[in-house]
Amino acid sequence: MTAPFSRDDVVYVARLARLELEADEVDRYAAQLASILDHVAAVTGLDTTDVPPTAHPLELANVLRADTPGPTLPRDEVLDGAPAAESGRFRVPPILGEAP
Amino acid sequence: MTAMTAGRVDWEVVVGLEVHCELSTATKLFCSCPNAFGAEPNTNVCPVCLGLPGSLPVLNARAVEFAIRIGTALGSRIEASIFHRKNYFYPDMPKDYQISQYDAPINVGGSVELADGARVGIVRAHIEEDTGKTTHVGGGGRIHDADYSLVDYNRAGVPLVEIVSAPDIRSAEQARAYVNELRAILVATGVSDGRMEEGSLRIDANISVRPAGSLEYGTRCEVKNLNSLRSLGRAVDYEAARQIGVLESGGTVEQETRHWNEEEGRTSPLRSKEEAFDYRYFAEPDLVPLAPPAAEIAAVVAGLGPLPAARRHRLGALVATDGMPAPVDQLATVVGLGLDDLVVAAVEHGADPRLALARAANEAANRPVEARALDAAAFAELVGLEAAGQLSATQSKAVLAAMLEAGGEPQQIAARLGFEALGEAELEAAIDGVLAAHPAEWARFTAGDAKLAQFLLGEVMRATRGRANGKVVAASFQARRT
Amino acid sequence: MSATARERPADAIRTARAVRAGEVRAREVVEAALTRIAAFEGALHCFNTVTADAAIAAADEVDAAVLAGKDPGPLAGVPIALKDNLCTRGVTTTAGSRILESWVPPYDATVVRTVRAAGAVVVGKTNLDEFAMGSSTENSAFGPTHNPWDPNRVPGGSSGGSAAAVAAGFVPLALGSDTGGSIRQPASLCGVVGVKPTYGCVSRYGLIAFASSLDQIGPFAATVADAATLLDVIAGHDPADSTSLDVRPAPLANILDEGVGGLRVGVISDFLSDASPSVVAAVRDAAEVLAAAGAAVEEVAIPALMLGLSAYYLVAPAEASSNLARYDGVRYGLRVDAPDVTQMNARSRSAGFGPEVKRRIMLGTYVLSAGYYDAYYGQAQRVRTLVARGFDEAYRRFDVLVGPTSPTVAFAIGAKTKDPLAMYLSDLYTIPTNLAGHPALSVPFALSEGLPVGIQVLAPSLGEGPMFRAAAVLERGADPEARGPIEPRLAGVRR
Repeated sequence: MTAPFSRDDVVYVARLARLELEADEVDRYAAQLASILDHVAAVTGLDTTDVPPTAHPLELANVLRADTPGPTLPRDEVLDGAPAAESGRFRVPPILGEAP
Repeated sequence: MTAMTAGRVDWEVVVGLEVHCELSTATKLFCSCPNAFGAEPNTNVCPVCLGLPGSLPVLNARAVEFAIRIGTALGSRIEASIFHRKNYFYPDMPKDYQISQYDAPINVGGSVELADGARVGIVRAHIEEDTGKTTHVGGGGRIHDADYSLVDYNRAGVPLVEIVSAPDIRSAEQARAYVNELRAILVATGVSDGRMEEGSLRIDANISVRPAGSLEYGTRCEVKNLNSLRSLGRAVDYEAARQIGVLESGGTVEQETRHWNEEEGRTSPLRSKEEAFDYRYFAEPDLVPLAPPAAEIAAVVAGLGPLPAARRHRLGALVATDGMPAPVDQLATVVGLGLDDLVVAAVEHGADPRLALARAANEAANRPVEARALDAAAFAELVGLEAAGQLSATQSKAVLAAMLEAGGEPQQIAARLGFEALGEAELEAAIDGVLAAHPAEWARFTAGDAKLAQFLLGEVMRATRGRANGKVVAASFQARRT
Repeated sequence: MSATARERPADAIRTARAVRAGEVRAREVVEAALTRIAAFEGALHCFNTVTADAAIAAADEVDAAVLAGKDPGPLAGVPIALKDNLCTRGVTTTAGSRILESWVPPYDATVVRTVRAAGAVVVGKTNLDEFAMGSSTENSAFGPTHNPWDPNRVPGGSSGGSAAAVAAGFVPLALGSDTGGSIRQPASLCGVVGVKPTYGCVSRYGLIAFASSLDQIGPFAATVADAATLLDVIAGHDPADSTSLDVRPAPLANILDEGVGGLRVGVISDFLSDASPSVVAAVRDAAEVLAAAGAAVEEVAIPALMLGLSAYYLVAPAEASSNLARYDGVRYGLRVDAPDVTQMNARSRSAGFGPEVKRRIMLGTYVLSAGYYDAYYGQAQRVRTLVARGFDEAYRRFDVLVGPTSPTVAFAIGAKTKDPLAMYLSDLYTIPTNLAGHPALSVPFALSEGLPVGIQVLAPSLGEGPMFRAAAVLERGADPEARGPIEPRLAGVRR
C-alpha cells in the first residue's frame, strides 16, 4: 500500500512537525519526498510474515536507577540560554489551547 | 445505576475515569532531580528533565515498585512492558514528546471495590512522566485571554501512574466514590500522598449517555481539568444533562474533548480543535523493556498490607456483632483516614465497637494526623466511660478533643475539665428544676408530643452544663410519666 | 620537537608516551597543533569552534600532573577534536545548525569527560552535516568542510570536520558519530581510520541525538593503533545511558599484532556491483593482502543487506522527527517571535533548520503518522530484522566481513546536492551495520587518481577484536601514500 507523497501530505506533516513552509517550498518538498518515498517504499512490498520487528539492536532489559536524589542545575544556568525568561520561568507567547 | 428521566426516555450516564496519580518517590521518573512540591521554579531540573540536547532517560526503580504495588492493589496482571513516545508540541513538554506506555502497559485489568460494595473495572494502569506547569499572565490568568505564559519545569518528569477505569460508573456520586476509594488505596499502599489540592491526583472523565437498558454505548466526550471531587461530580452531572439535551432535541453528540470551567459550572469544547491528535506512538529507543522478575513482584505483594476494602470488611465485621450492619459512611471515613487500626485496637481493649467507630468517624477524623498517633488503650477507656454513662456524649467529645490536642488520660482530663460524673440525685434535682420551669412543655410531652423531648433534654443539658447523659435523662422522663 | 606550521604531529600513542615520560611538554604539543590549525583552517573549515585558550590551560594541567608525579592518563597531552554534536560544557555546541548556533551546553557528554580524564586536550569542535544528517558536510549551516586531499571535494559526512582534521594533521585523534556511516564514509574519503563501535559500547549521553537506535560515537585516527587506543578509553558502561552495554570488548591496543592467521573473512559480493572500478579493485587487493597474511578469504552474498538503505531511510527519519521536536524556541536555541506559541515554534524551526533536516523531519513524521505506521515504520523494523538475520547467517561462516566503505572516492562539492537520493546512496555499504548494531571500521588502503579509498571491515556485535586485527593487517599492506596525515592541498597551491 503505497501512496505518493502529495502536497496535502506535506501540509499535514509540516503542521504536525511545526514547520512553516512557503507555497513553492511545499511543491518542491512534495516532489523530493515523493521521489524518496518511492525509492524506499520498496520495503513495503516485502513479505515479512513471521518476521518480528527490531525496535532495538540490544537484548537489554530492566535497566534501572536507584531512587536517590542527585545534583540539579543552578537556575541561572537553566535560564541562561532561554530566549525569554521572567521570574525564574521560561516565557512564551500566548498558548492558544489546552494540551491535546 | 442512576436513571435520569428527561422527556419520554429514561437516560443512563456512563462514565469512565482516567486518574493520573503522582508517585511519592524521592526523585523523578527518568532523572535524579528531587520530586518535591512547592520548590522555587526551575530549581529541581537537570539536562534530562529539561530535555536538553544529548540527554537520556534512566528509569527509577522505585517508581516501578510503586507501579507494581498499584497493580497488585487493583488486582491487575503485572506484565512485561515497554515505553513509548507520545509525540505532540506543547510548551510544558521539554522534549515535545512524553515518555509513556502505549500498547504494552505494566498493569492490565483489575477492579476496585467501592465502599458500598459496588465494583468498578480497571482496564489498565501504566507509567508515564508528568509535564511542567504553565501559568498564564494577563487576562485573569486564563489561558484564552493571556498576554503570555510562563513555564516551570520542576514538575516535568515526575513519575505518574495513569489508572484507566472501565466505563462502569453510572452516576456522579459513584464517580466520586470511585475516586475516593482509589485515593484511599493509593495512600494505603504508600505510593501517593493523595493530596488532590496539590495535584497529586488529576482526573479526566469520559462521559456518555444512553437510553436506560441499552447495551450500546453513546458517543462520549472527554472532560479534562477535574481536580477535585466536587468538580468531578458537578462535571458529570452537567455533561450528562448537556448530552441528554442535545439528543432529546434531535441532535447528535460530537465526540470531542471538553474543558470543565469551575466558575461557570459548565464544560466547553477546547479551542484547539483543529489540532490533529496524531501522536505517532513508537517504542522509546532510549529505554529498554521492563520485565519485573516474579520474585520482585512476589516481594511487593507480600509487603502490601490489607487494602481499604479488606479493612472495611474487617472493621464492619467487628461492629456488626450485635446483628446490625455498621454504618457504611463511618467505615469509609475511618478506613479512608487510616484510623481503623485505632478502632480495632480499642475494641481489643474492651471498647464498645459501635461507639468507638462513631467517635473515630465523627470526632477523631477531624484531626487524622493526631488521631493516628492516639493511644488505643486511652481511647478505649474514654469510650468505656461514655458507654457506662459516666460521661455524656458532649463531655466525651470534649475529652477526646483534648486528647488529640495534647494526649493524656481520659479520667484526668475529665476531672480537669470539671466533668465529674453526675450523681443520680444531682441529675434528678436538675430534672425537677427543668420540669418546674417548663410545666406547659412537660404537659404536652406527657400528652404525647414527642418533639418536646429534645427541648426538655436540652434544658437539662444546660442546667447540668452538659454533664447529663442523654439516655439516662430519657429514662428518667419515662419513669416520671408513669 | 619544534613547532612549525608544516610539522605534522606524531601519532597519539607516541605523543602520550613522550608526555608521560616528561620528554615533551603537553603545551608544546598543543601549541604545535594550534599553529598548524591557524595556518590551514581558513582554507579547510574543519572547525566551528577552536578552543585555543582552554586547550593551552588543559595542556598546562597535564604538564603539572606529570611534574607532580601524578598519572596524567593514557592520552596525556594528545590534542583531540570533537564533532560539534557532542555537548561540551561552556563551549558552543551547534550540531551544525542555525537553531543551536549560539547554544552553550551546561554539561559535558560522558565521552568528553572520559577523554579529558584520560589527559587528552580538546582543541575544538568540528564541522558536520546539520544534526548529523548528510554524507558530505555540505549540509552544515556554517559552510562545508573541504577535503585536505582536494579542496574542491567533500570530506564526506556527516563527521567531515573530524575526518579532515585528522587527515590534515591538525590532531592525531578526533571523535565523530555514526548513524548510517557518518564516521566510516568520511574516514574513507579522507584517508584516515574511522570506527563505529558495537551499539551500546560507547555512551550516547551528551551526543545530540539524530536516530537513537542507530547513533554511536567513535574514534578517528591516522593509525589503527591510535584508533584502538581511543576506543579503549571511551568504551564502557555508563549508568546515564540506558542503552549502554554492561560488557565491553577486551582491550584492543594489545591484540593488534595477533594477525589474521585462520581468520575466516567474507568479501561481501553484493557491495561490489555498484561501486566504482577503482574501489572494487581496492577491495580485491585487500582480500589478497588478508589471504597472504593467513586468513581464509571467500566471497559471500548477503542479499538482505541491500534492503538496508530503504529501511534506514524510514527508521532514521522517524526517530529524528521525534528527537528534533525539542527544538521549539521555548527553552534554548533560536527563537523567532510570533503572536502565539504555535506560530513561534513553526517560525523558529523553519528559520533554524536547513532543507535536509526539514525533509527528514517531514518524512519521519509521515511514516509514523496514523494510517502509515504499519506499512512504513513497522515494516522497516521488520526489514531491520531481515538485515540482522542476513548478517547472523554470514557470521556463522565468517569471523569478519570486508567490502568497500564508500561506492566512490571523494566527490566534488555540489556534485550530489541536487538530488537527495543521490547523496543517500553514498551510505549504501555502511547503513546495514547500524541497523544490526554491529561494529565496523574503515581503514585507508589505496589511492585512486590521488584520492584515498578505504576498506570497510565489519564484525558481529562485540567483535571489535577480530575486526581490529584484520584492520591492522590491511594497514600494513596498504599503499603508504593512501593515508593521512597529509599536507593539505589548498586551492591555488601547487605541490
